[in-house]
Amino acid sequence: MTPPAAGPGGTVSGGTATAVDWAALTVTDVADWLGAVSLVAGALLSLAAAVGVLRFPDTLSRMHAATKPQVLGVLLLLLGLVLRLRTLSDLGMVALVGVFQLATAPVAAQMIGRAAYRTGRFDPGLLDADELADR
Amino acid sequence: MTRPEPDATPTQGMRSRLGRRRDRVLAVGWLVVAWNLFWGDFSWANLLGGLLVAAVVVVFFPLPPVTFDGRLRLRGLLVFTVRFVGELIRASLHVARIAVQPGYVPRSAIVAVRLRVPTDLNLALTAEVLSLVPGTLIVETDRQAAVLYVHVLDVHGPADLVAARRQVRIVERRIVAAVGSNAELRQVLSVPVDKELS
Repeated sequence: MTPPAAGPGGTVSGGTATAVDWAALTVTDVADWLGAVSLVAGALLSLAAAVGVLRFPDTLSRMHAATKPQVLGVLLLLLGLVLRLRTLSDLGMVALVGVFQLATAPVAAQMIGRAAYRTGRFDPGLLDADELADR
Repeated sequence: MTRPEPDATPTQGMRSRLGRRRDRVLAVGWLVVAWNLFWGDFSWANLLGGLLVAAVVVVFFPLPPVTFDGRLRLRGLLVFTVRFVGELIRASLHVARIAVQPGYVPRSAIVAVRLRVPTDLNLALTAEVLSLVPGTLIVETDRQAAVLYVHVLDVHGPADLVAARRQVRIVERRIVAAVGSNAELRQVLSVPVDKELS
């Protein structure tokens, strides 16, 4: 990884600069910042997913936390990685990880949800309606 | 594996055999590309290794044939992708918010929704997407009747159940508009989403 190039007007990424020199802002700087934001956002979403898995009342609700924020968190982390690494071979690998994440997370959640329902490991008191029970 | 349908006419049998061969070629091609991406670069060694692995996978782990007789629509695909990304973000923020909200216990419900296009591919894609978009997760599927049993998180009243049913229908319509055949699209559009019974 190459450090962001300093423009002719001075360094942007220097910690001492108080005002941002917009003329010296390069594409790599922007990519670095966007990458950093994506990494932090992805980490926060993954944390929220972990909290959800811990706090939600039953298995079925927990699987919601394990699919949505978790998948978006991983995708944001991957996006952040791509923006920081900026190489083509890494991009291919990251794209594959993303595709498999999107394809497998719902399947895993469904298998666990189905097993939880069939073995009765859910709280009927928390369900407003259960149309599967009438089947 | 190449057992023809009992009542198939010769042209139909030939077409389905061609279709199966096309499916297999597509599977091998995708596996070879994936193998090369895993190794990080395209080279002759990776190409040969990928072909070998793909052949082993296709021969020893055959999948039940999934018939794809739809067509790809660019407009439908674009609409689907944009809405999917938007809803994935919305759903993630929603679930993340109620996960960290102190002292909040979300209520939920399981609703049954019958799909209008009962093909395996549509059932699988709709189920897959529903698990990633707002508030829904598949608990059980009935392949014969094309019914999805959907777990809805954070229900506040009957209105949320209606909204969840609507959501399932809308997702199905978007998928069919992106990859379905013309007949399937007509089938989906013939019934307005709002005026439907379960």
